Amino acid sequence: MGSNAGGFDFDLCKRNAMLENKGMTLPKAWKTGTTIAGLIYKDGVVLGADTRSTSGNTVADKNCTKIHFITSNIYACGAGTAADLEHVTEMVSGQLALHRYATGRQARVITAMTMFKQHLFKYQGHVGAALVLGGYDLNGPHLFTIYPHGSTDSLPFATMGSGSVNAMAMFEAYYKDDLDRPEAMALVARAIRSGVMNDLGSGSNVDLCVITKDGVDYLRNYEYLQAKTYTRQFPVKYPPGTATIVKQRVLSLKGVEVIEGVAEEMDVS
Amino acid sequence: MLPRPTTHSKALGPGVAGPELAVATSAVLDRPPQPIAHLPLSGAQPCAVDPAVLGDPRQHTKYPYVTGTSVMAIKYKDGVLVGCDTLGAYGTTKRYKSTQRIYRVNSKCVVAAGGEISDFQYISNLLDELTTEDYRIDDGLELTPQEVHSYLCRVMYNRRNKFDPLWNSLVVGGMQDSQPFLGMVGMVGTHYTDSHVTTGFANQLARPLFRERQQDDMSEEDALQLMYDALKVCYYRDKVSINKFQIAKVTKETGASISEPFALDMRWDYKLFAQPTKWAVGAW
Repeated sequence: MGSNAGGFDFDLCKRNAMLENKGMTLPKAWKTGTTIAGLIYKDGVVLGADTRSTSGNTVADKNCTKIHFITSNIYACGAGTAADLEHVTEMVSGQLALHRYATGRQARVITAMTMFKQHLFKYQGHVGAALVLGGYDLNGPHLFTIYPHGSTDSLPFATMGSGSVNAMAMFEAYYKDDLDRPEAMALVARAIRSGVMNDLGSGSNVDLCVITKDGVDYLRNYEYLQAKTYTRQFPVKYPPGTATIVKQRVLSLKGVEVIEGVAEEMDVS
Repeated sequence: MLPRPTTHSKALGPGVAGPELAVATSAVLDRPPQPIAHLPLSGAQPCAVDPAVLGDPRQHTKYPYVTGTSVMAIKYKDGVLVGCDTLGAYGTTKRYKSTQRIYRVNSKCVVAAGGEISDFQYISNLLDELTTEDYRIDDGLELTPQEVHSYLCRVMYNRRNKFDPLWNSLVVGGMQDSQPFLGMVGMVGTHYTDSHVTTGFANQLARPLFRERQQDDMSEEDALQLMYDALKVCYYRDKVSINKFQIAKVTKETGASISEPFALDMRWDYKLFAQPTKWAVGAW
């Protein structure tokens, strides 16, 4: 350690292995067992995601945001370890902002893709981030998938996460050339719904993000799928006549004197 | 010499060939049954060299060799449809491209299987023995799909308890008292009945489509279209599958029939797939 020659430094991996041998358990990472999807249509890209974040078998966050801001024309949906996703998307977003100031031009989607894949490959898959990256730049709409080990695919429609196979079934059955905006949004929402309903790692609601040359439409909670059907009101108000009168007995107050006057203060000395 | 019936042994339970009466089993002995030389516990045909003699203690199935992939089935107004492809894969090699993975039990019932093909052939033998019995008795009664489903469930669970499972996911479809019946039995004996059942990859690919579109009173054209869509999606996304399918239909009027193998039209020419890395030269 302390060498200036560069290259990877895996000393801490040895330390972690030694600690695990001694019986220390590493903290469990929050994963986002997820359904994320993206689709290129006639005028742009539609990105979709569910909103459930899980830690083991518990739902940690019922309504988290999985569509991350990269630049004003590029967004990324993330599946995998929540912390890794947050940090890697914020890092690329910051790097791209600096890049924009340096070049004086709008960021391109392939630039973001290249930054992601070079970072993830450097960490050999230990950064658990699987992304669906979509955006619109001077060359038109783009959609890429990026895997934790650093490989990428350029596709017209893509899904990632534990619910990806369920969502892909919808895309494979119903995708057509030249979809228009409402059809594309409906298809992505249908794919995410398929993940939410058929995969245990995905749930709650559907978020959509539509990116075109005119800008971004970030539709947070576009569909509520597992909202509570009944919420209790407090305080409980029962209208008169709610309770059925079974028996009635009226007592007339005979022999009770009613005195009108000023209330007497309680003696608290 | 007549072949030894394998459907039921009172000593060892269904799906296992063995002595008829309770002889030398843990039910009457105070020790667990030992494999006798040349006769494994599961009662399978005697082998030339007993593995135990060679010092290999292995007595249970560990991996499947020639496998079939997913099976999917739906109920509709007049009956049930069961669909699957005709591939028997050897690992990831597409070795046998004309295996029929659907077995017609009788005019009321079909059984389809994913998983080890040889175990499915054994199960077909068991069902054959039962239907031959029915034919011999000749009283006009046939095995109903509910009975076949219960029987297969006992067979699978019994074999699982002997640590020698039949490595299959079975789908039983047919007409039960003029009502469509559809059930599934897994390799450990897990079983259920439902309006649509799927095995293997179709669990994740076809089930969302069925949950959205399948209705118990759908018409036959709608049901066929839904089945074609599901088979197509499974072919697109399952690496070990081929574009050659068979669909079995069981209805009250037409009985049980298995179609000839057919292919479906696949779309490989979407515009945006033509040059996907136009703007990302060097990426995939």
